[in-house]
Amino acid sequence: MYSSLEKILRRAEEQNVPFWKAVQLHDCRESDITEEQSFERMRSMYRAMLESDRNYDPALKSASGLVGGEAEKLHRAREEGKLIVGNLIASVMEKSLRVAESNACMRRIVAAPTAGSCGVVPAVLISVQDELQIPEDKMVEALYVAAGIGGVIARRASLSGAAGGCQAEIGSASAMAAGALAYLLGADAQTVTDAAALALKSLLGLACDPVAGLVEIPCVKRNVIGAVNAVTSAEMAVSGIRSKIPADQVIDAMGSIGKRMPEEIRETAKGGLAVTPEAQAIAAKIRM
Amino acid sequence: MNLFDIVGPVMVGPSSSHTAGAVKIGLTARRLLDDEIKEAVIDFHGSFLSTGKGHGTDKAVVAGLAGMAVDDPEIPDSFEAAEKKGISFTFGSVDLGDDAHPNSVRISLKGTGGKTLEMTAASIGGGQIQVQEIDGLKAVFSGDHPTLIVQNDDTPGVIADVALTLSSNNINIATLQLTRDSRGGKAAAVIETDQEIPEDAMYWLAHQDGVQKVTYLSLKEN
Repeated sequence: MYSSLEKILRRAEEQNVPFWKAVQLHDCRESDITEEQSFERMRSMYRAMLESDRNYDPALKSASGLVGGEAEKLHRAREEGKLIVGNLIASVMEKSLRVAESNACMRRIVAAPTAGSCGVVPAVLISVQDELQIPEDKMVEALYVAAGIGGVIARRASLSGAAGGCQAEIGSASAMAAGALAYLLGADAQTVTDAAALALKSLLGLACDPVAGLVEIPCVKRNVIGAVNAVTSAEMAVSGIRSKIPADQVIDAMGSIGKRMPEEIRETAKGGLAVTPEAQAIAAKIRM
Repeated sequence: MNLFDIVGPVMVGPSSSHTAGAVKIGLTARRLLDDEIKEAVIDFHGSFLSTGKGHGTDKAVVAGLAGMAVDDPEIPDSFEAAEKKGISFTFGSVDLGDDAHPNSVRISLKGTGGKTLEMTAASIGGGQIQVQEIDGLKAVFSGDHPTLIVQNDDTPGVIADVALTLSSNNINIATLQLTRDSRGGKAAAVIETDQEIPEDAMYWLAHQDGVQKVTYLSLKEN
C-alpha cells in the first residue's frame, strides 16, 4: 500500500495510468499476484457487497435486540413518498442501513474498511450503479480507488475505532466512498483525492462511543452520515471545489486527533453516548 | 496488510475483532489439536468477557472449533453445528492479568483420540489474531504461517534435531522463538515456516530424545 495519496497521483502520472490502476499495480507487486487474479478478487468483493445488500432481512434483530428493521422503515417511507430527498440519496440512506444492520445481525458483509463501517462504501457504489447503469468492471475499478485511499489512511493514521475513534472508521469509509464516487463521475485523479479530503474533513473528531460496547448504537446509523457525506463531498469535488488542505495532510490531522483522543471515547464504552443514562440502562438490561 | 484487508475481508458481523478474530482463534485451536474435538472449555477474559455475548464471540469461537471460516453464514447457528459434530463445550471466565490483551480467550480441548491442547490467544484487531500460550508455555504466533511447536526437556541438541529435520525437507524457517520455564526444565520452540511440514517429519521429531510433544498448525483444510 502507498504511504501517501500524493505518491499514487505521481505514479499514475508517470506511468500514464488511471488512479485505480496505480493502486492495483502496486498491490500486485507487493502481494505477488497477477493483475487478473487481483481484479477477479476485487470483483468478488463487489459481488459480496451486492449480496450483503440483497440479503437484508427486516425481520432480524441483533443480539441485544436493539438493532433491526430500520432500513425497512425508510424503505416504506420512500414508497409512500414521505421523503423530501431525491431518489439517489434515499437509496444511499436505505442501503447503508440495510448493510450495517445486517452486520449487527451476524449476516455476511464486506469489512470496508471495518465491519462497523461496512454500509458506507456499498451504499454509495450500488446506488450510483443503479442510477447510472454502470458496468461491473467500472465498479470494480472504483473499489480499487476506495482501497487505495483506505490503504494510505491505514499507513498514515488508523482505520480502527479503538486506536483513532469513529473518524477512523466511518470517516475513512466516507473518504474511500467519496473518492470512488468521484471516479465513477469521471473525475481525474487529483479530484478523486479532493473528494476524499473533503469527506474526511467533515467527520474529523468523531468519537467512538458504542452503547454497551456493541457495534450497534450509534454505529449503524452513523453509516448513513458517512455515506451521504461521501456523496456531497464527491459532488463538491466534481464541481471544481478543491480541498484547501491537501488530502494527505487531512489524513495526518485525523491521525493526530485520534492519538489525542481520550481512551474513554475510543471504543471502550466508557465515554460519550455510552455513558448517558439511557445507554447505561440499556447496558444493564443486556447484562441480565 | 494488503488491499484486501482494506476492502475485505468478507466476514460474518458484527465485529472484525470480536467475531471474525474469534472464529479464527477457534479454527486455529482446532487445527493445532489435530484430533476430533470431544470437549472444549472456553474461558473469556476482558472485553471478550464483558461484550462477547453481544458480539456473538461465543458463537464465533465455537464456529471456528467446528471448522467454519470467518465468512460462513452458519456462524450464528454454530452451537447446533458443533453439537452435531459431537463437540461439547462450556463457557467460563478467566482473569489473565493486566498485561493480557482485552480481547483474549483461553481454550482447553480434549480430542476423541486422547490428544489435549490448552491455547491462550488474543484478537488484536481487523480479524488478525495472536496466539500467546500453548500448554502454559509462551508461544507467540499469528496463525498466518504453518507453525511448529516443539515442547521438550531443556537439554542440548533438540533445536539441532528440529533444524536438521526442516532443512532436510527443504523447509524455510520464517521465525523462530525459544522459551523455557526454568534451566533444565520445560522448554518450547515455536517455528513459523514458509512451507507445510510433512507428517513423517513430524512423526520423526516427536520420537527424538527429550521431545515431549509436537504440535503443528497446518493451513491446509482438514
